Amino acid sequence: MLEVNDLSAGYGNTQVLHHVSLHVAPGQSVCLIGANGAGKTTLMRCIAGLLRPSAGRIAISDSDMTAAASARLGFGVALVPEGRRVFAPMSVRENLEMGAFRRLWPRRDRTVAGDMAMVFDLFPRLWERQKQPAGLLSGGEQQMLAIGRALMSRPRLLLLDEPSMGLAPRVVQEIFVTIRRLNAEGMSILLAEQNANMALRSAARGYVLAEGEIVRVAESSVLVSDPSVRAAYLGL
Amino acid sequence: MVEADESVRRGTVLVARRPSDHVWLILIWLALLTIPFIAPNAYVVSLANMALINLILIASLNLLMGFGGQISLGHAGFFGLGAYASGILNVKLGLSAWLGLPAAALIAGAAALVIGLPALRLRGHYLSMATLGWNAILVVLFNQLVDLTGGPNGLLGVQPFSLFGIRLDTEPRTFPLVWLASLLIMLAILNLLRSRLGRALRAVATNELGADAIGVDSFCTKLLFFVLSAGMAGIAGSLYVHVNQYASPETFGISGSILLIVMVALGGSGTYWGPLLGALIYTAVPQLLLDYEDAELMLFGLGMLVVLIVFPGGLANVPGAFMRRFGLKGRS
Repeated sequence: MLEVNDLSAGYGNTQVLHHVSLHVAPGQSVCLIGANGAGKTTLMRCIAGLLRPSAGRIAISDSDMTAAASARLGFGVALVPEGRRVFAPMSVRENLEMGAFRRLWPRRDRTVAGDMAMVFDLFPRLWERQKQPAGLLSGGEQQMLAIGRALMSRPRLLLLDEPSMGLAPRVVQEIFVTIRRLNAEGMSILLAEQNANMALRSAARGYVLAEGEIVRVAESSVLVSDPSVRAAYLGL
Repeated sequence: MVEADESVRRGTVLVARRPSDHVWLILIWLALLTIPFIAPNAYVVSLANMALINLILIASLNLLMGFGGQISLGHAGFFGLGAYASGILNVKLGLSAWLGLPAAALIAGAAALVIGLPALRLRGHYLSMATLGWNAILVVLFNQLVDLTGGPNGLLGVQPFSLFGIRLDTEPRTFPLVWLASLLIMLAILNLLRSRLGRALRAVATNELGADAIGVDSFCTKLLFFVLSAGMAGIAGSLYVHVNQYASPETFGISGSILLIVMVALGGSGTYWGPLLGALIYTAVPQLLLDYEDAELMLFGLGMLVVLIVFPGGLANVPGAFMRRFGLKGRS
């Protein structure tokens, strides 16, 4: 599904990522764990096509997409950005419509209704609050909305950047239940998380990112029981 | 299915919620057409001309600022660039005003492209700073390039528009031209706001990182609307210079740019009809305050403060605010 090879990237003269390689198989759920500033968001932005890497290549569904940055988001890849970034003054419904932006306009595609029903089925809370401005939702509801908005573009690969950020533990549980459900239904998922415990419990495989380099790759079950990972990221 | 399709058609853009905006626009402009017939003298018609040119300026700034969230402190500069470009092409090269008009739009738009390319790449206040500098530079150039611009004395000898050999050099004759230009600009803005691009603009204005995440190119969207807005200001400039057959530097200073921003806010920033009210006030109030001489600007400023404190959403939101106040359901 996703194949990242020898990727380096940064901002200006500051290099953040050094020779990162990772892959996500179709239907697989993979997590990326690491501390603040390890480069998780930078890597997600590169994969989404929002940041141009300085070296390396990115392939999606076996075709090289390194140069085609703008042909990723909305065309099979969707990003749930760090900090949710919902459109606060727009209603929940309008936010969801915006998720289908690349596909929806100028053709007024009728399939949007079906997709919206699917999102409301996944998050009944959004259905109840569909006419309210997104800015009035709680943090957890905004995260649901950000995920729903991403799903409206019908992705095959969903990139989730720090979905647990700033949420109460109970709400985090709820969000992760949904992520697992999406994966069970066949969605390929790449999840960047500081909350390594939650991430490793819902992903099959995990990459440990430290100072812009992949320092460990293993099955989640292996990482969970690894003493160094436990000490550094699980607080055990 | 039908319900969802309907919600798509209604769209999220504020103005798109009222399907009759097009109808209102035509009706209002048809009513405006009576001005030359009912106006007691040519002076009133000249005020109407100025109000419609100001409307183009304020509406184009509102498109960028009110709907796009990008603050330009150089809108009067683009207005001036359009005026001088069209005027100089006419005076020095004998180019007809009809060619000067599109030339002014293109030159102002191209200038915006050059400024926007670096300034809009970054999030934050860089556009404001860049446009502030831009306007300051322009005023110096208008004053100093005496051979070209006539310097502080102004650009003299600009020829009016002419149609089938008739020179549009009196107020009633220029009115239809300004009327038509302002109608076309207002129509263009309405259609733009309802288009896919208008959607993208609102997403960018609301949350730039969110817009990026759904695949909207924020940079290109901001740049496009900045260029369009400057191009419209250029058109206003060309109309101004050929209607008045004169231009002088002080019209296009930074204080003019700031006043335009205030008019956008006063009319109702991010509302489609706000600029109409803003243009009306911008044109009429200084005339009404002429008797107060030195106190004019002070009274003007005081009035603006009062309106913005009592109605922070601008005058276009006053009816809605009243409706809500009395428990009625407002249209917004």
